[in-house]
This record gives sequence, C-alpha cells and structure tokens, in this order.
Amino acid sequence: MRVAIVNYGMGNLGSVARAFNDLGSQAFIADRPSSLFGAHRVVLPGVGAFAEGMTRLREGGWADALARLRQEGRPMLGICLGMQILAEAGEEVYPCNGLGFITGRVRRLDTLGCKLRLPHVGWNEISYAQPGPLFKQIPTGSDFYFVHSYALTEFEPSELLATVDYGAPVAAAVRRGHVFGTQFHPEKSSKAGRQLLCNFLEYKTY
Amino acid sequence: MGLVKGVGFNSWRRVGPVLPALKVYNAREVDELILVDIVASQLGNNPDYDAVADLANECSVPLTIGGGVSNLTQITALLRAGADKVTINSASVAEPGFVQRAAEVFGSQCIVASIDARRDAAGRYVVFTHAGTRNTGLNAVDWACELASRGAGEILLTSIDRDGTMQGYDLELIERVVRVVDIPVIASGGAGTYDDLVRVVRDAGASAVAAASMFHFTEQTPAGAKAAMHVAGIPVRRNLVAV
Repeated sequence: MRVAIVNYGMGNLGSVARAFNDLGSQAFIADRPSSLFGAHRVVLPGVGAFAEGMTRLREGGWADALARLRQEGRPMLGICLGMQILAEAGEEVYPCNGLGFITGRVRRLDTLGCKLRLPHVGWNEISYAQPGPLFKQIPTGSDFYFVHSYALTEFEPSELLATVDYGAPVAAAVRRGHVFGTQFHPEKSSKAGRQLLCNFLEYKTY
Repeated sequence: MGLVKGVGFNSWRRVGPVLPALKVYNAREVDELILVDIVASQLGNNPDYDAVADLANECSVPLTIGGGVSNLTQITALLRAGADKVTINSASVAEPGFVQRAAEVFGSQCIVASIDARRDAAGRYVVFTHAGTRNTGLNAVDWACELASRGAGEILLTSIDRDGTMQGYDLELIERVVRVVDIPVIASGGAGTYDDLVRVVRDAGASAVAAASMFHFTEQTPAGAKAAMHVAGIPVRRNLVAV
C-alpha cells in the first residue's frame, strides 16, 4: 500500500514515513502534488504555525490536489498542524482560511478556557466521543503524545472522534468521511500510535 | 559511540552499543529517551547526525539529543536527523543568550536546559559543566531560574554526586529547583528503586523521572516502575494496547 507523506516544508516527514514503513506499507515523501495521485493513502504532517502551513500548501499547489483527492474519496490523515489546516480557518499567526475539509476554527488553547501552561506537551489520555475505525483495538483512556498551543474549536460534534483534557476538553481527533485528523503525534506515541496508523492503513473505504 | 556508566561522573566504563539498548527501551514502555554525548563539549565535537538518524529510526517515542550543542545550525541538523528535542548544558553557561535564541527559533518545547550539580561543603548546589569537569561557581537553583526565564521548555536536573550510585535521587536538590521554576523539572541522577521514582515525584515535585543504571543493571523495568508509580497514585502513561 502506497502512503504519500506531503512535503510542504513543514513537518517531521522522516519519522512519519518510518512509522508507516514499520507497518509494512510503502511510504514515500511526496515532493510534488502530482505524486499524490498514485498513493492509496495521503498523510499531511505538520509542525509549525497555521498561517505559514496554509501559505506553503497553496503556493506548492497542494491545496488543489488535496481537494481533488478528497472528492475522489482518497483516505487522508492530518497530524498535528496537519489536522489543524484541515479546518475552515485558523488564527496562528494571523487569521486565514484552512482547507475546509473539517468543520471548525483553530484557536489558541487559552481561549478555550485552558489555564494551564502552553504549549500542551507530553503524553495525555484521550476519551472517545465516537472512536470509529481509526481507534480499533485502542481502549479509551490510552495515552498519546501531544505538543501544541492551538486547537480546533467550533467543531461539528458528529465529526469529533476523541477529546483530551488539558484544563478543558480539547479536540484530539476528528473525521469527516474519509478525512481524519489527530492533534497528537501517532508516530511518537509508541504502541497506541502504531495501532492507530495500522487502523488508518486498514480502513475500508466501502 | 557506546553507552557508558559512571559513578559521580567518574570512572566511566563502557556498557555496550547504543542502538540495541535504545531498541529495548523503545519496546518497553519508556515515555521518552534522552541521549547525551558526554565528551562532545570537552572535545569540541559536532553531534554525529548519521548516528542520530539511525537511532531516531528505531524510536517511536520522543527522543532528546544532547552533547556539545552550542549553535543553532547544530539544532537544525539534529531536528532534521530525527531528534524531537535537544538538550543544552555547557553552552548555556558559556553563552546564556543561546538558550533564549534557541527557544525563540525552535520553540521552548524543543529546548531542554540541562544542569549538572554537586553539593558543596556549605550545602549549596554548584553547577558544573563539561561532564562535571568544570566548576562554574554558579548556584544551581539560581541558574535554573535564569534558564527558565530565558525560555527553556524543561529542566533536566542531574545530581553529579548521586549519578550512577543507585542510592536515590538528591531530593533536596530537586525540591529546591522545583520550588523556583514553573517549567517541568526532570529528576536525574541516583535512581535505584521504584520507590526512589515515587518519592522524587511525590515528595520533591519532579514532573518526570530519568533513570539509567537502575534499568541497565538491575532487574527492574520501565513497566514495573510505572506500575509502582500508578499504585502510589502518580498519573503515568500505561500502555493499554495489546502488542
């Protein structure tokens, strides 16, 4: 199974690719939007700020390619910033539009009523809203590794898979159709993360 | 490159190659791994990026790399090689602004300020650099405060006296620093039993515990440690996923 890791200049491409390859898939770093179309799965990694991420996605021609792939029903997984830019809009560093594949706006954690120190860094337990296929064989309460200061707000409840508690409930994973997003880093989350990536590979689109 | 064990930062002896040990830890429920090149500062060496890449490939938990980190170019290269965070020790004393610049460029969450301390006759904790070979005269508690205010994301606090002894952490050192900073303090140096790990969190306020000799040279395991901490009421990551 070919897994394309979008290289838009932001993200820990190597460790994401390695995590997928450990599961027996053929993950490759996609340097051009056209190379996405040959993949069974598309992964949008991301470490950094929303505004810069979106600028790079647009300038690199990725946004259009991802929109087309979404229409074709290609399963996609956004990780960390990659999940955030799936949203309709974000505010880091300045307000701008996201890809709009998932309902919601990305805001700083303290605007959500979170009074704890930022960024939210470290292992934390998730609670399920409706886990679905992405969390098969992963019990609720499993820990994943988080590192972020912004999070998805105004999400659509039917799109929420799981939350994490960091002073207030925070969206940890979302889904609309074949598009998934995790705020945490499954490639840095040991066995639970590995199981999640495995579930993403095995996810049936029919 | 090989793993070494010392006692009080002295009498270092070789324990074995890094990669196999890392693989075992990775498979055994450690939450994070820290790997420090303890001769880099003294030799003026750059990190071995290829080795870091090989190690990062085997690591499915966050990996922190240190040893001779003294400029931004090295940090960029380390992160590209697969490190998730870097730890800065000697260079922070040589150039206090470096930690600040690093935190600004890479984010505080990426920068772990490492402090090695010895207790002196007067009961003060003094900062040593270059793997314990240089006495800076700095007060460790004040220094931790300084580094926290400069943007360090975490403090890795090591008691040189206790390191490798497995006689327990220096609880007073840890507690004194925890009291004055509001970033996480990782306790290091001296862990010998599961009870040591419980105590340094529960009684001294450490946010995290680092241990090495205890896992290399006794039959105790990271999973056993976490079970003991869980029983003691300390929130720990437990793996709930079947292998």
